[in-house]
Amino acid sequence: MKTAEDKWLYVISAKKKLIDFNFSEIWRYRDLLFLFVKRDIITLYKQTILGPLWYIIQPLFTSLIFTLIFNNLANIPVTDGVPNFLFNLAGITSWNYFKECLVGTSDTFKKNENIFGKVYFPRVIMPMSVVVSNLLKFGIQVLIFVAFYLYFVWFANPSYNINPQANLLLLPSLVIMMALLGLGFGMIISSMTTKYRDLTFLIQFGVQLLMYGSAVMYPMSFFKKELPNYYWLIEYNPIAIIIESFRTMVFGVGQLDLTKIGYALIFSLFIFLIGLVVFNKTEKNFIDTI
Amino acid sequence: MSAEIILQLNKVGKQYRLGLVGTGTLSHDLNRWWSKIRGKGDPYLKVGEENDRKGKAASQYVWALQDISFNVKKGEVLGIIGKNGAGKSTLLKILSRVTSPSIGEIKTKGRIASLLEVGTGFHPEMTGRENIYLNGAILGMTKAEIGSKIEEIIDFSGCLRYIDTPVKRYSSGMKVRLAFAVAAHLEPDILIVDEVLAVGDAEFQKKAIGKMKDISNSDGRTVLFVSHDMNAIEKLTDRTIVLINGKVAYNGETSDAISFYLQNFEKREPLVTWNNIETAPGNQYARLKSVALKDQSGKLRNRFNITENIYLTIEYFDSNDTNNNTAIFHILNDRKQTLFASNEFVADDWIEKHKKTNAIFSSTCKIPGNLLAEGSFSILIAVGNYNPELIHLIEQDLITFEIYDSTKGEGVRGPYIGKWPGLMRPMLDWNIKIMDKKFTDE
Repeated sequence: MKTAEDKWLYVISAKKKLIDFNFSEIWRYRDLLFLFVKRDIITLYKQTILGPLWYIIQPLFTSLIFTLIFNNLANIPVTDGVPNFLFNLAGITSWNYFKECLVGTSDTFKKNENIFGKVYFPRVIMPMSVVVSNLLKFGIQVLIFVAFYLYFVWFANPSYNINPQANLLLLPSLVIMMALLGLGFGMIISSMTTKYRDLTFLIQFGVQLLMYGSAVMYPMSFFKKELPNYYWLIEYNPIAIIIESFRTMVFGVGQLDLTKIGYALIFSLFIFLIGLVVFNKTEKNFIDTI
Repeated sequence: MSAEIILQLNKVGKQYRLGLVGTGTLSHDLNRWWSKIRGKGDPYLKVGEENDRKGKAASQYVWALQDISFNVKKGEVLGIIGKNGAGKSTLLKILSRVTSPSIGEIKTKGRIASLLEVGTGFHPEMTGRENIYLNGAILGMTKAEIGSKIEEIIDFSGCLRYIDTPVKRYSSGMKVRLAFAVAAHLEPDILIVDEVLAVGDAEFQKKAIGKMKDISNSDGRTVLFVSHDMNAIEKLTDRTIVLINGKVAYNGETSDAISFYLQNFEKREPLVTWNNIETAPGNQYARLKSVALKDQSGKLRNRFNITENIYLTIEYFDSNDTNNNTAIFHILNDRKQTLFASNEFVADDWIEKHKKTNAIFSSTCKIPGNLLAEGSFSILIAVGNYNPELIHLIEQDLITFEIYDSTKGEGVRGPYIGKWPGLMRPMLDWNIKIMDKKFTDE
């Protein structure tokens, strides 16, 4: 009897195991993932004049404004020996990747209602494609950052005390952590919004608030010095840890806290797994409630 | 056809919540969660009623599908019919894994692809070619598979000239053609087709139907075909399932299933009777008692194969006070054109039989097979006499019936499956001689 059962290719049923991933199926649809990425990239800036230049305009101008407001006006000190502008650009470049992953995946179900309502493919392909296409965008922004970095190192004031560290090799792991965090939270939010639309409002200003609590425009040490009573708010924020680590690596100022990075990694994996479980549970029936 | 079962549905049910989702959802969710913790089943799955749209809802939950069980064999073409809201779309959505059943399970041995909605995921800014790749991948093909078929797909769509133009510049017809072309080149083990044949112009429809036939006949692929078009169902499927209010009401041979469906929904009874002589149609001289349509074996039916004889029986009361009465019928097609009429008095024993007064007569006329064309027909019944000319009763549209042509090589059309002209389709005699002559007489 067992052999007869085994011959079924798959079973569609109401019951669903908590973790029920068909990785071979996702692998079979890998072409779809890359076609989605291609679609996102070639269609995003169609019929725009500046085209992909928008990828770099946004972080540059934001950094400029941050430098003006936070450093020149509010006199927030950046890490010693690091140019203000570069400090902000580093923060914004890394923050942007997380933010884009989060925002881009947080409306997966609602945005793709049309496709999801008609054909089946592993739904998780969709948020994964968002993360991958944002990675390309992130790559371009990193190149811009590198260009400014080299400029400041070689041509600007030699008093700047920045030199990249060997632990820069850990950078990809930071990127993966940001992707996992963004994807994880994004999947959780997109799953919840199929039923409770409230979260769409939350995400709009929630992301804004999170940025202020993620050490994007100030070093964590400054926060600790000025507001020691509230330091716990950002001390355990994995994104703040990731962004701070990113700056430590590229500027070579300060000490990398491996315990904290380890904590952030575990946190990211945890959120990602929760996201997968929730997403997986939602994908079966969301079309009835959306 | 192998007897291997490729798809098996086991007590599949789908429950929906009526009214607005939102208010009260959280409390129901919490309730569900609480019962789950206590190890009990979903409390809301127990309530719920049959999905009858017209009835007043007694509970907030409704079963769109209930207790659906059937098997599909490999290579079979299965039809699914039912009126709007019977659960067809829900069933197809569950089969194509867009949504999952509330209870029950479906087992399959093959990959299922559906042509539910063609053109899903088309991006207006991308070219036709790019969209073929994207759409193909969404439908489950790999890039290499699409690449090997791209020429064929473009050719089938007939959009070669526009293939590198963004799809937003396409006419709606071109979009549909392109989308169908992609879908038609899928190679799933089980294909679900839902009314897609209703799109496109006549030429393209012909192409699409041809492709459907190819898929099921030569490739031995399993097809589930959902349609309102009884003729298409008749032509393409072997077995048909009738869904009524979310339940399988009939599961059997296609022609029987269609008769069952028509009798249940279109109120087309092959028999009409009157029990009270006071209120039956007619007057003191003649009253109609019943009209019935039967097949060769005497079974009441209102769907007939084009080759079958049809027996029309008219029962009526005849006082015979005026003169000899005669039963009359007209056959009208769906455009209300009278194709022909016939009169009881052509019977040899008409005068003899009608000598009896105040009797009930039962007069049966045999309408031979291979006479009417495919389509639906209505019957007009009258009783009267011609000398003096009097009509005692005349009833229109009492009974309607349908003639189908299963195009299995029988009847007037033989093996030809194309359009056959003519209001009637009589089988006529042909006589062939081979002449011992030259074309030009010298």
